[in-house]
Amino acid sequence: MGNVLILAEHKDGTIKKVCRAAFTFAKQYAAKQGGQVHILVMGPGAGKAAEEAMCYGAAKVHVAEHPALQSYLAESYAIVVAEVAKAIGASVVGATSSSMTKDMLPRVAAKLGAGMCSDIVGTDDQGHFLRPVWAGNAIVAAEITSPIKVVSVRATEFAPAEKGAAGGEKSAVAVNVDLAKLRKRFVKFEEIKSSRPELTEASVIVSGGRGTKGDFKVIEQLADLLHGAVGATRAAVDAGWVPNDLQVGQTGKVVAPDLYFALGMSGAIQHLAGMKGSKVIVAVNKDEEAPIFGVADYGLVGDLFKAVPEMIEEIKKAKG
Amino acid sequence: MKILVTAKQVTDPDMKIKVKPDGSGIATEGISYKVNPFDEIAIEEAIRIKEKGAAEIVVVSVGPKDASKEIRSGLAMGADRGILVVSEGFTDPWTVASVLKKIVDEEKPELVLMGKQAVDGDNNQVGQMLAEMLGWPQACFASKVELSADRAKASVTREVDGGFDHVEVDLPAVITADLRLNEPRYASLPGIMKAKKKPLKEMELKAMGLDAQPKVKWHKFQAPPERKAGIKVPDVPTLVAKLRDEAKVI
Repeated sequence: MGNVLILAEHKDGTIKKVCRAAFTFAKQYAAKQGGQVHILVMGPGAGKAAEEAMCYGAAKVHVAEHPALQSYLAESYAIVVAEVAKAIGASVVGATSSSMTKDMLPRVAAKLGAGMCSDIVGTDDQGHFLRPVWAGNAIVAAEITSPIKVVSVRATEFAPAEKGAAGGEKSAVAVNVDLAKLRKRFVKFEEIKSSRPELTEASVIVSGGRGTKGDFKVIEQLADLLHGAVGATRAAVDAGWVPNDLQVGQTGKVVAPDLYFALGMSGAIQHLAGMKGSKVIVAVNKDEEAPIFGVADYGLVGDLFKAVPEMIEEIKKAKG
Repeated sequence: MKILVTAKQVTDPDMKIKVKPDGSGIATEGISYKVNPFDEIAIEEAIRIKEKGAAEIVVVSVGPKDASKEIRSGLAMGADRGILVVSEGFTDPWTVASVLKKIVDEEKPELVLMGKQAVDGDNNQVGQMLAEMLGWPQACFASKVELSADRAKASVTREVDGGFDHVEVDLPAVITADLRLNEPRYASLPGIMKAKKKPLKEMELKAMGLDAQPKVKWHKFQAPPERKAGIKVPDVPTLVAKLRDEAKVI
């Protein structure tokens, strides 16, 4: 059995919390199937991220820092991931599912002649990967038949790996990328600045749907009071009320916070796919027949524009 | 210019899908089928490009025989002709990408536009795999696509975690559509009538001479863990008290 290579995303040298889910998957998989866990960090700040990566029990941390990797491009990053995978004899290449790894890993799989499973939630006794299909209404046991297997890991289904003492080897990757040959250029990244936590890392999420009619003010106020993130349904994103990266659901983000407020939304199948793993769900909707009440722990039938300001006052009182 | 777009047949995304009791698949009784919504967005984008300058749009589907219906709906929106590659049952992303590569090699389009993912398998892989197999650049999760005046380049805005990524690709390239790229039009009645006469070539996947073996096989299906409904609370003070004392989350 070959090794497990995990790509760890980082922001300015700090490994993203969601990536630690893939470390946990790798450790579990290597324990069952054999092989060592290797971590790859890439791009500006990779040197710093490598120091942190060494605290998760990997046998080796590979660092790819190079001017050609200054800006992310699926094409250039995939070249490096595939090269490292071949060099270490990886039989599994994986990462936590994110917009970057969704973009890049299938390209890596194609380079390696590998089959890929997206958004895995576990493995079974036969070594098949379990993954949700049809908006999470079914879980299929999928077998990858190629010698190298590529997977993306759903962060909500694997506990983030705990940091331990630093250990293992560190190795610099010889990057061999000719940007001129890629026929693609990075132009700019427009960051959406927010003081709120990221959706996938928040312990409280306050989400709004069509019932907000585009007015997210009370949603934001409640989120800020609870130091939470703001989420939205596809309908709200489609209407242009909030950015797409706030979309929770099958084709957006999958989240599982301690507390999820579903406000002014019906509970469409595609939205439920993204949030039904939350520990506690609170729903407010005018329509008492709304399917969202079918998954909510606490449902309140009423107008969100009345209920939410009242909730803010009550929570302030409760918190003293 | 020639644009290749995809039209995968998927189960109606608004229908609740259930697993068959024996775990062999999903129950299909009473289920209706449509074009994958993200593919519909890709088709719309191709038509908008055609409206700004000449283009031929070829709609491709890999799926069951009656996926000709999905191709016809793309033709009714304004695409020019269709190619159906018949493959019953689950066809894995590697195989679909290999089929599309073969069609691209023959058709030589300058642009492949497709949905970022199909809403049944939820893989989000085929566009990227196809781009790599062709040695083409990719621009995935596009929310804005602008072609240069000479149609040699595309500027693409990608909606990703934390913001908007702006890239420029030289054509030929693969672009995958996200939700907000556009609002697909409804086919007009004359469009539907015309679509019936537009050429649609049909071939069997098995007869294409591909040596691609599936790299992913599906085995047993299971239903996801059910979440039980909780209680309804009469008012906000009760709700907040429950959250504090019972759920202990605030």
